[in-house]
Amino acid sequence: MPEITMVEAIAQALRYEMAADPQVVILGEDVGCNGGVFRATDGLQKAFGKERVVDTPLAEVLIGGMAVGMASQRLKPVAEIQFSGFMYSNIDNILNHAGRMRHRTRGRLSCPMVLRSPSFGGIHAPEHHSESPEAMFAHIPGIRVVIPSSPARAYGLLLAAIRDPDPVIFLEPSRLYRMNRQEVPDDGEALPLDVCFKLKEGDDVTLITWGAMVHETLQAAKLLEEEGLSAAVLDVATIKQLDMESILNSVAKTGRAVIVQEAPLTAGFGAEIAANIAEEGLMSLFAPIKRVTGFDTPMPLAKQERAYIPSPARIVEVAKEAINFE
Amino acid sequence: MLRDKPNPSDYLEEPRNSSRPMEKTSELKSTFIPSGTETKTVAHFQVEYLQFLNEDGELVQRGPTYLDNEAELLEMYRDLVFNRTFDLKAVNLQRTGQLGTYAASLGQEAIGVALGWALRPDDVYLPSYREPAALFRRGIAMSAILAYWSGDERSMDFSGPSVNDFPMTVTIGAHCTHAVGVGYALKLRGEGQAALCSLGDGASSKGDFYEGINAAGVWDLPLVYLVTNNGFAISLSLEGQTACGTLAQKGIGAGIKTIQVDGNDILATRYALEQALEHARDGKGAILVEAVSYRLHDHTTADDSSRYRNKEEVDAAWRREPIGRFKKYLMHRGLWDEAKENALQEEAKQAVETTVQEYLNIQPANPGELLFDHLYETLPKTLHKQRDRALKWKGGSH
Repeated sequence: MPEITMVEAIAQALRYEMAADPQVVILGEDVGCNGGVFRATDGLQKAFGKERVVDTPLAEVLIGGMAVGMASQRLKPVAEIQFSGFMYSNIDNILNHAGRMRHRTRGRLSCPMVLRSPSFGGIHAPEHHSESPEAMFAHIPGIRVVIPSSPARAYGLLLAAIRDPDPVIFLEPSRLYRMNRQEVPDDGEALPLDVCFKLKEGDDVTLITWGAMVHETLQAAKLLEEEGLSAAVLDVATIKQLDMESILNSVAKTGRAVIVQEAPLTAGFGAEIAANIAEEGLMSLFAPIKRVTGFDTPMPLAKQERAYIPSPARIVEVAKEAINFE
Repeated sequence: MLRDKPNPSDYLEEPRNSSRPMEKTSELKSTFIPSGTETKTVAHFQVEYLQFLNEDGELVQRGPTYLDNEAELLEMYRDLVFNRTFDLKAVNLQRTGQLGTYAASLGQEAIGVALGWALRPDDVYLPSYREPAALFRRGIAMSAILAYWSGDERSMDFSGPSVNDFPMTVTIGAHCTHAVGVGYALKLRGEGQAALCSLGDGASSKGDFYEGINAAGVWDLPLVYLVTNNGFAISLSLEGQTACGTLAQKGIGAGIKTIQVDGNDILATRYALEQALEHARDGKGAILVEAVSYRLHDHTTADDSSRYRNKEEVDAAWRREPIGRFKKYLMHRGLWDEAKENALQEEAKQAVETTVQEYLNIQPANPGELLFDHLYETLPKTLHKQRDRALKWKGGSH
């Protein structure tokens, strides 16, 4: 079996589900004959036709709104917003409509839709192309927020997201799109939503992260290992609904929690995890909960983006602060 | 369909004048190149206006074929009267502390009634919030509409036989893009249904509207946009909303067919909507219908329109209101008289009283159920604790 990249795994999942379920439609800018600017929909229009793989006008509110309308009539739209910075104009559609349609109609209509968007930094893209908006979406009732971080998890989680009867925001870390290759059987097997993935066992500290930062966090765990320190690594994957049970179990074992996020510090999703650990797991802590994050500034343009994104060294430094706390 | 031959009973002796309530001309010189430089016209557009009944209830041209169906005309009139009776009662309930904020449809009733008649049960309706008569025709109980405005989510399914209809859109204009998705789904299924998205003049300023009509044009969707131009978006009158002389012309910018109708003329509004929906169902593409009316009531019961418009203007608008004009027409036809009118008014009052009693008897909701049970198809584990808390603290004061 050939090893494939994450973006190929996404295309593979879309192709599988379009063949399996005629209600699935894809829409977005340049998703058709161009196959998407990252090629996540490569070859799908040729395989399934222009009616089911829809090139939309350049209008993001339209894309989000169309997905709401299609889903309300029992299609299963998978809409692409070309870059995460262009998602913000869709807050109305996501918050007031997709997340509330079932609630507002007392279950008569629903929105089984997926809104995909390449997110996070690290690919030297232009302004507004490298956002980390996950906490804003996690604040919205009635939806799920899912962030894959490997080819296999992208395949399995995207299938689960499309099959989920409620709206899912699916944020794809663009810097992981082609970073690693992995064998991903095209077996249509979904992975569970609402659960963390344990990527590494460890005894001294629990590193909790999601999305693109999974890469730097695993590197940090390796550096710690070289110094004889053992870090557990959890990929939260579905930040809403949050699997606190896995996080609390790991923290109960290590006694230390370090949360790593690329997004700005204030009101980031790390704060939600920290608050939950404080509420439910305080007695198992040997040290204060720590966060390694981006800054409360805009994401810089390409030249300085690495100064913003937490590096493995920054993660190691904070993890050691937690481990050495007395 | 227009009738082939004039029916003498539909005509008075003298030809009557058609009046267009908004007489502002919309001739727009589109070029800004100073004269002396030669340009040539590459595109040419115009906007048509439709009216059958003038302000005095007189037919100004041959009417639609359904004018032969006397029973139907009387039923349309009944819908108008029920709408107004319901509306006045709802305002009264709010004034006496028995209902929340309510948006009255006073003066615009013909549009809701026309919509109700033009839509087929299997069409998908994305309503505005000033069309109770259309909701009645969709089979939604008056008491459910009252319960919604009282602040009770349980009535919000607005469930009637038309199971795919949308709830009212409160974030103005957002449903203009939802309608594209609905229209797209209907087109994919190819079962000959249409979607109708109803909005107001204010919504026609929004990006959602422009993005929606533009896409509807691209894909020739079975979709009708009805823009009710009632002159105001809360306090802002049309001149502050747009430089366009008509809202219908916005459809031209999207490449879709368009018309302006007298929205206080129930015959013209129903006819235009029927034709538009038929056009859409036949796969001939999307349509924009602008219905010109006037909001005689305040924006809602929480508004005071005397802050931004004068009494003379409102008095003048009352002369164009839709119900009196249709009544005059029915009387000209010999189909109506004061005795029938009194009986109908009494019947409407009784029906509304009955529905108000049903509404007032609705028992309070269980907050756990209300807040959580329709949030997801299956309530995620993470929310069980919150649901239990809502149940424990219901009532909130202890």
